[in-house]
Amino acid sequence: MTANTLTIAAARDALKKREITAVELTETCLAAVDAADALNAYVHKTPEIALEQARAADARLAAGDAPSLCGIPLGIKDLFCTKGVPSQAASNILKGFRPEYESTVTAKLFDAGAVMLGKLNMDEFAMGSSNETSCYGPTVNPWKVDEVKRTAGGSSGGSAAAVAADLCLAATGTDTGGSIRQPAAFTGIVGIKPTYGRVSRWGTIAYASSLDQAGPMTKSVRDAAIFLQAIAGHDAKDSTCADLPVPDFEAALTGDIRGKKIGIPREYRMDGMSAEIDALWTRGTEMLRDAGAEIVDISLPHTKYALPAYYVIAPAEASSNLARYDGVRYGHRAALEAGDGIVDMYEKTRAEGFGKEVQRRVMVGTYVLSAGFYDAYYNRARKVRALIKRDFEMVFAEGVDAILTPATPTAAFGLGAMVSADPVEMYLNDVFTVTLNLAGLPGVSVPVGLDAKGLPLGLQLIGRPWDEAGLLNHAYVLERAAGFVAKPNKWW
Amino acid sequence: MSIDIETARKVAHLARIRVDESDLPALAGELSNILSFMEQLNEVDVEGVEPMTSVTPMRLKRRADVVTDGDMADKILKNAPDAREGFFAVPKVVE
Repeated sequence: MTANTLTIAAARDALKKREITAVELTETCLAAVDAADALNAYVHKTPEIALEQARAADARLAAGDAPSLCGIPLGIKDLFCTKGVPSQAASNILKGFRPEYESTVTAKLFDAGAVMLGKLNMDEFAMGSSNETSCYGPTVNPWKVDEVKRTAGGSSGGSAAAVAADLCLAATGTDTGGSIRQPAAFTGIVGIKPTYGRVSRWGTIAYASSLDQAGPMTKSVRDAAIFLQAIAGHDAKDSTCADLPVPDFEAALTGDIRGKKIGIPREYRMDGMSAEIDALWTRGTEMLRDAGAEIVDISLPHTKYALPAYYVIAPAEASSNLARYDGVRYGHRAALEAGDGIVDMYEKTRAEGFGKEVQRRVMVGTYVLSAGFYDAYYNRARKVRALIKRDFEMVFAEGVDAILTPATPTAAFGLGAMVSADPVEMYLNDVFTVTLNLAGLPGVSVPVGLDAKGLPLGLQLIGRPWDEAGLLNHAYVLERAAGFVAKPNKWW
Repeated sequence: MSIDIETARKVAHLARIRVDESDLPALAGELSNILSFMEQLNEVDVEGVEPMTSVTPMRLKRRADVVTDGDMADKILKNAPDAREGFFAVPKVVE
């Protein structure tokens, strides 16, 4: 076993006892990264920065001043602006962009002593569920059980693959409709989307601002608690970031959920759901019951309208957010012909810089916000969103502490398998995850088992707003009961 | 609601994305499919429901209306595809 396979918690202890130095740990990770180009997880490697940060971490450890992530090597999703390091949201339109500033999330991680190994692959502007919309080409899932190369999920596919393949100890992800939880489930790792407003969005390249939230992707629930602690909390630079105290998430992991009420929503039992996912869900329910929780059937009647509402709201916000990519201030500008005016410049730049799925969503968003359709689509979707949130509020008011659902409708599918599919079919991947973003709730994906082929499957727990502490404790119980220890066989 | 080629052309222009004439029929088809997926929302009774404006009930914080940073024109221009004499340069906009 090499040090790159450690969890954050184990590495933290080894570093504090000086059994390993941050430089040694970082060098081990960098070697693993360099040996894994076949996965296409890292798209900009930053070994010089990593070693410099590791040396600084060793100095702090030696001085006895070691914050929570001191010397812990992490991967950073390409969506986070990192000062002086390419940050292009996997889009050609941001080619060459090197921010002059640091996102709040990465700044907090660095303050906590973390080491950045590099930037991680993702779907372009976080729009996708398979990493196939990336300008760098898709990430390959380290889980390989036959000849098929599978998706690591999306949009945080590079983060998921890097954590699952031990190319870092943990990684940042972002989640707008399931982009942390679906890739976590596809790769057998833990991923938590916090309550909207728990983590600052400042310096994270925006997709849909009312839904976007950053979170940890880790090898264990304890690691998720440690990581979330480091990035959560108020930030004056993001007016939607809540000024609320951040509890001690790791201390909340008591493993005791006796008397807690777990809701099982009947609307999540979808037609066409695989029998394996259904059986996994039942097993997870039994695990929580055995741990002393009370299981109750609940109803979330507007569930089926979450996806269509999401695919109005998210593109609408995206069309507005992505208007800034105009070839003037940063990134790509198309070569112009004599006589081309400024509108030609905008149109050519955006046609060349944006990939197909991003163009599609920007145009859908433009349409639903245009005069004459605003009420019929955008306002109606916002009303349905209010009803989806109300469904959850009523269930929580009845005393439900957490909700258990599948994380994804299937295990990881093959790269290219959805190429000829209608875009709407790809959207169905988010069916279990997207409701939470619309309601602003925290949700965590926990690996629970393998399917018949040997691919990982996950379950999702949904928590009350701002109760990540309780949610993580439920996830911890599920993790311990499931005892998921499988790792992908190294083929890369 | 089905999107015709003329509407697709208009939407592409509003979005400031150049779409080749030959690609417009396919685009119109894709947009129509996505919109028909959204039509499910018409089944929901939204009578008397307020459109959501903020997912977490919170008052946006206000800060004092004062200058907190500045004097960084060089940093702001650093990533520009074309910057000259302290300005972003673009094709002429006067018709």
